[in-house]
Amino acid sequence: MNWLLVIAGAMVGAPLRYVTDRMVQLRHDAVFPWGTFAINVTGCLVLGLLTGAASAGVASPHLELLLGTGLCGALTTYSTFSYETLRLTETGAGFYAAANAIASVAAGLGAAFAGVWFAQALWA
Amino acid sequence: MTVPHPESVGEPGIAVRAPARRRSAWHGQAPVVAVVALGGGIGGTARYAAALLWPTQSGGFPWTTFWVNVVGCAVIGVFMVVITDVWPAHRLVRPFFGTGVLGGFTTFSTYAVDIQKLVDAGHPRTALAYLAATLLAALAAVRLAATAARRVLVRRRR
Repeated sequence: MNWLLVIAGAMVGAPLRYVTDRMVQLRHDAVFPWGTFAINVTGCLVLGLLTGAASAGVASPHLELLLGTGLCGALTTYSTFSYETLRLTETGAGFYAAANAIASVAAGLGAAFAGVWFAQALWA
Repeated sequence: MTVPHPESVGEPGIAVRAPARRRSAWHGQAPVVAVVALGGGIGGTARYAAALLWPTQSGGFPWTTFWVNVVGCAVIGVFMVVITDVWPAHRLVRPFFGTGVLGGFTTFSTYAVDIQKLVDAGHPRTALAYLAATLLAALAAVRLAATAARRVLVRRRR
């Protein structure tokens, strides 16, 4: 049962990342990897909300496996983030590479903290 | 009042041929989405298995997620060199393995929320060490792996 929840969440999260990234990159033909950035920050916010809801006792362990470990885990990515940062340094866009690394971590953390705080304020 | 550019007649800000272009941009994407979902299921399962095999005690350094992310970054470094410079792969290989398996295996959200949990539990120094160590190790892993793969595989092919 637990495995099925994780698999189901991941099988939705990964294609959701692919489709969202493609939509963003088709609209903004930019050097900066806005797609992965937006997906990672959104996933941090959702997992933060879920974690806050779980600590307040309104999200079950099963929901955490489905939406947290499965969906948010597969939606967000460290490998694509690292690879895109490497590509920026290799194509001479060193400033964008540094900006991507710093902004992704800062915004991701901000979203995670905000999500937990908001969920606890709402349900605790 | 400026004279509208001949190519931009119609709604302001909306390209006239956008609907046709959007349709073609999504044409043939169903198999790609399917293999990304399949790969994501495999990657997510592997990450969950790692978390069950090596559980992180509360308040401790999240070594399992750290290594999952660092290993995933090293593998994508090798993989991208292989499919761009060495092996002309089928068009579904990159979405399946790169976007699906590795994207589903590594995680940014657990990384961020684990830092929040460490700070919340009164371990700000562990949180900061984890924050910096993951970022530096992941970026170093992808760079070293891609460089090593280029040296070994691309040179051997010449």
